[in-house]
Amino acid sequence: MLNHYPAWKNLLILLVMVLGILYSVPNLYPDDEALQVTHESRELGQTDLDRITTALEAARLATIGEELNGSGILLRFDGVEEQLRAKTAIEDALSDDFIVALNLAPTTPGWMQAIGAGKMNLGLDLQGGVHFLMEVDMEAAVLGRMEDNLSNVRSILRELRIRSRGLALVDSSHIEVRFASADDRSRARSELLDNFPELQFQNREANDLYILDLRMTQDTMLQIQRDTLQANRTTLLNRVDALGVAEPTVQQQGANRIVVELPGVQDPAQAIRILQRIATLEFHLEAAPGAPRSSYQTYDYVTPEGAFTVNVDNDVILQGDRISNVRPSLDQNGLPQVQISLDAQGGNQINRVTRDNVGRMMDILLIETRSRTNLVIDENGEEVEAVEFFEDRRLISHARINSALGRQFVITGLTQREAMDLSLLISSGSLAAPMTIVEQSVIGPTMGRENLEQGIRGVQIAAILVVAFMLLYYRIFGIAANVALIMNIVLIFAVLSSVLPATLTLPGIVGIVLTVGMAVDANVLIFTRIKEELRNGLPPQQAISAGYDRAFTTILDANLTTFLVAVVLFTIGTGPVKGFAVTLMIGIVTSMFTAIVGTRALVNLIYGRRRELRSLSIGIVPVKATPLKPTPGKGQAV
Amino acid sequence: MKARDGRILIDFMRGRRVAAVLSLLAVLTAIGSLATRGLEFGLDFTSGTSVRLGFPDTAPIDQIGAQLDGAGYGDAVVVNFGSDRDIRVLLPIDPGIGAANEAEQAALTGEAIAALLRDGIDPGVILLGSDYVSAKVGEELAEQGGLGMLVALGIIMLYISVRFQFKFSVGAVVALAHDLLITLGIFSLSGMEFNLNTLAALLAIIGYSLNDTIVVSDRIRENFRALRKTEPVDTVNISLNQTLGRTMITSFTTLLVLFSILLIGGESTQGFAIALIIGVIVGTYSSIYVASNVIIFMKVTREDLLVPVKEDAEADSVV
Repeated sequence: MLNHYPAWKNLLILLVMVLGILYSVPNLYPDDEALQVTHESRELGQTDLDRITTALEAARLATIGEELNGSGILLRFDGVEEQLRAKTAIEDALSDDFIVALNLAPTTPGWMQAIGAGKMNLGLDLQGGVHFLMEVDMEAAVLGRMEDNLSNVRSILRELRIRSRGLALVDSSHIEVRFASADDRSRARSELLDNFPELQFQNREANDLYILDLRMTQDTMLQIQRDTLQANRTTLLNRVDALGVAEPTVQQQGANRIVVELPGVQDPAQAIRILQRIATLEFHLEAAPGAPRSSYQTYDYVTPEGAFTVNVDNDVILQGDRISNVRPSLDQNGLPQVQISLDAQGGNQINRVTRDNVGRMMDILLIETRSRTNLVIDENGEEVEAVEFFEDRRLISHARINSALGRQFVITGLTQREAMDLSLLISSGSLAAPMTIVEQSVIGPTMGRENLEQGIRGVQIAAILVVAFMLLYYRIFGIAANVALIMNIVLIFAVLSSVLPATLTLPGIVGIVLTVGMAVDANVLIFTRIKEELRNGLPPQQAISAGYDRAFTTILDANLTTFLVAVVLFTIGTGPVKGFAVTLMIGIVTSMFTAIVGTRALVNLIYGRRRELRSLSIGIVPVKATPLKPTPGKGQAV
Repeated sequence: MKARDGRILIDFMRGRRVAAVLSLLAVLTAIGSLATRGLEFGLDFTSGTSVRLGFPDTAPIDQIGAQLDGAGYGDAVVVNFGSDRDIRVLLPIDPGIGAANEAEQAALTGEAIAALLRDGIDPGVILLGSDYVSAKVGEELAEQGGLGMLVALGIIMLYISVRFQFKFSVGAVVALAHDLLITLGIFSLSGMEFNLNTLAALLAIIGYSLNDTIVVSDRIRENFRALRKTEPVDTVNISLNQTLGRTMITSFTTLLVLFSILLIGGESTQGFAIALIIGVIVGTYSSIYVASNVIIFMKVTREDLLVPVKEDAEADSVV
C-alpha cells in the first residue's frame, strides 16, 4: 500500500501555511513613533496640516511621514524624543480643542494592510500603562430617581389639596404615602397613576392608616441601569480623550462595571483625577440683541451645516442636576427629538423663565474639567512637564423656545444622529452616577518590556528544547513533528494578529508556551502507535496508516475535553484568565491541524511513494514480538 | 522499560491498594492543611495596595522596612520578588480613607514610596508598577474561580459519560479532584502565594490531567473490546503499559517547557509555572493510579463498553 494525500489536500495545507506566514509576518515590522491629531468637533484638512508643519519647522523638528487619515492627521517621527517634543510644539501652536495623542503607526507595506494583515495588540502587562475597573453606583442612580418621584408626588398632592399623613422612602425603590381615609387615597391614586407610568401602585392598610405603596417596576430599574451605565461610559470616553492616549479602551464589564485601559499612561494619579472629574450642565438664554458686552459670553456652535457664534447670556436658568431623565425618541410624526424630564423644582424654575421668553433661543452648555500639559522650567533649569487643569465649556444645544416649558419638554429639529449625540452629552453632564475605582493596576514601561522580552525568550527556549528532544527521539518523524510545531506557532500568531481582535497578554504567552509543550502530544501519540504497529509486524506503509488512524480518536477526545475547559475559562474568567483561555483555544485548534494533517502530509511526501520501504526513521523500535491478536487496520472499533 | 503488546512489564495494578492509601493520605493532608492553614491569598483575592520597585543593586530589605516604618508606613510588608534587586511593598487599605479615594490614594502611595526610597536609600530606585484591589472585587474573583472549577468538572463528567461510560467519568473526575486538591495542598503547606496566575494554572491543570486520563481511558476501552478473555485488572495493566511511553514523553516535554518558563520567564509567571509543574507530576501519577483504580474499584466489565460505536467513517472524513 502507498500513503499519499490527494492533490487538493496538499494544496489546502500549502494554502493554510502561506496564509499563516503572510498574516503573522507584520509582527516583524517595528512601529514608528507617531502623533495622531484630531479635533473635538470637525474633520481636519490640508490647512491644519500646513499649520502643524509650520509649527514643527519653527521648533526644528522633522517628521518622517505625514498623512491625512479619516478625520485626523497622522505624523510619524524618528524616535520617542522627537515624538514627545513635537507633541508639545503642536499643542502650543494649536488651540485646546485639538487633541494630540501619542501613537504607534504600523510600517507594514500597504498591500499587507490592504489584506488586513496587522500586528497583534499587546496587553497592558506587555507595554506598560494603567488599568482601572470602575464600579457605577446603581443604587444611587435608582435612589436619585425615586427621591425625585417623592418630591413630585408631594407637590402634586399639594396642588390637588389632598391631605396625606406623611410620605417616605422605604428603600431605594419604594415610596409609601399614608392617608387618613380610603377616599383620599383613591383620589390620590387616580391622579398619580397618570403621572407616574414607571411606578406600580398598591393599596395597604396598617394601624388605621390607608397606605399607598409606590414601587419602581423592574423594567424601569433595568432601564435606569442601562442608561446610567451608558451615560457613565460616554463621560469616561470624553475624559479619556482629554488625556490624549492612543487606543484607550473603555468597555462595559458585567451589569455595573466599566474597564478603562490606558496604554502608555505613566501618571495614574493624574488619570484618576481626570476620570473622576464631574461634568455639569447649564441652561442659559441667548443674550438679547444689543445687550451689554459684559452680560454674555460668545461660543462657537457647530452644526453639520456649518459653525457660527452664539452669544450666551451669563444667567443660569437651570442646572444640570435638576434633570431626572433624558432620552432620544420620536415625535408623533416620527421625527427625532430629545426628551428631557426635570424634577419638580426644575420644572417650576424653567416654567417661570420660559413663559416670559417664548420665541427666544435657549442654550445648553456642557462644562468639563480637562487638563493640558505644559513644559515649564523647574528650579534646576530643566524642562519638565506640568499639568494644568482648566474648565472646558461647550455649547451643545441652541434651540428656540416655542412655548412655556414644564417638567417635561422636548428639543426638536434634529437628525436622528444629533438626537442621539445630544442626549448622550446631556446625560454625561447630568445623569452619571457616582463611580468608584475598585481595581487598579499600573505597569511601568520597564516592567512591560521585561515581561514581553522574558515571555518571548520563554517561548524560544521552550521551543528549542522540545524541537531538540523530538529530533533526537523520533529522527525523521521528529523533523515532521518539529515543522508542524513551528507552523503551529506561526498559525497562532496569525490568528491572534489578524483573524481575532485578541490582545496578547502575559498569560496569553504562557498559553502559547503551554501549547508548544502539549502540541507535540498528538504527534507522540501517533508515533508511539506507529512504533507499536511496526512491532506487531505490520509493514511500514501500513503501520503509518494504522498509526494515524488509530491515534485519531484518542487525540480528538483529549483535545475536545481540553477545549471544553478552555471555553469554561473564557466564559467565566476575566482579564488574564480570559487571555490564557483564548490562546489555549486557538492553540488546540491549530495544533490539531498541524500535528495530524500537517505531519501526515510531510510523512507522505517523505515515505508515501516508496513501494520497497523496509524501515522507518522513527527512533528505537524494540524487537518484534508475536502479536497477541491480529490487528486489522479498519473495521474495528478504536 | 517498554511494554510489548499483551505483556505486562510493570505490574502497576499490584501496587494499586498501596497507591490508593497513599493518594487518600495525600488528599486528606491537603484538605486538613487547607482547612487549618488555608491559602496565602495574593492581592488579587484579598485587597490592598502592592507597589513594585526595582533597585540598581541588591535591595536592602531591612533598611527599606525601617525607612518605611519611620515614614508612617508601619503596616507595610517588604518582600523580594523575582530577583534580589526587585522588591514588593504590600500595604493594607487604610480604613480611614473611604472607598471613593482608595484608588487615588493607592496611586499616590506608589510615587510617594518610590520618592522616599530614592531620597533615603538609593537615587536609582525605579517604580515598576503598582496594583490596587478593593475588597469586593477580590471576593468576587475567588467566587468566580471556584464556580469555574465546578462548572468545568461538571461539563467534563457529562462529556466523558457520553463518549465513554459513567464509570470512566467518575474515574476522570476523581483523578481531577485529586490533582487539584494535592496542588492546592502543596500551596497551602508551603505558604506560596495563591494569585490569579495560580488560579489560571489550576484551570490549566484540569486540562492537562484530563488529557492524560482520556488517553489512558481510551486505551482501556479499546482493550476491553479487543482482549476478550483477560481479567479486567490485567486489561487495565496492559493498557497502562502500552500508554506508558507516551505518558512519560508528553510529561517530559511539558515539564521541559514549564521549567524554561520557571527559570527564564520572569517573576510574573513563576507562580504559574510552579503550580503547573506540581500539577503535571501529580497528574501523571493520577492518570496511572487514580483514574484506573477507580474504574477497577467500580468493577468495570467488558459489557459496559460493548456499545457498538461506528467511528471510523467519521474519523476518516475529518482527517
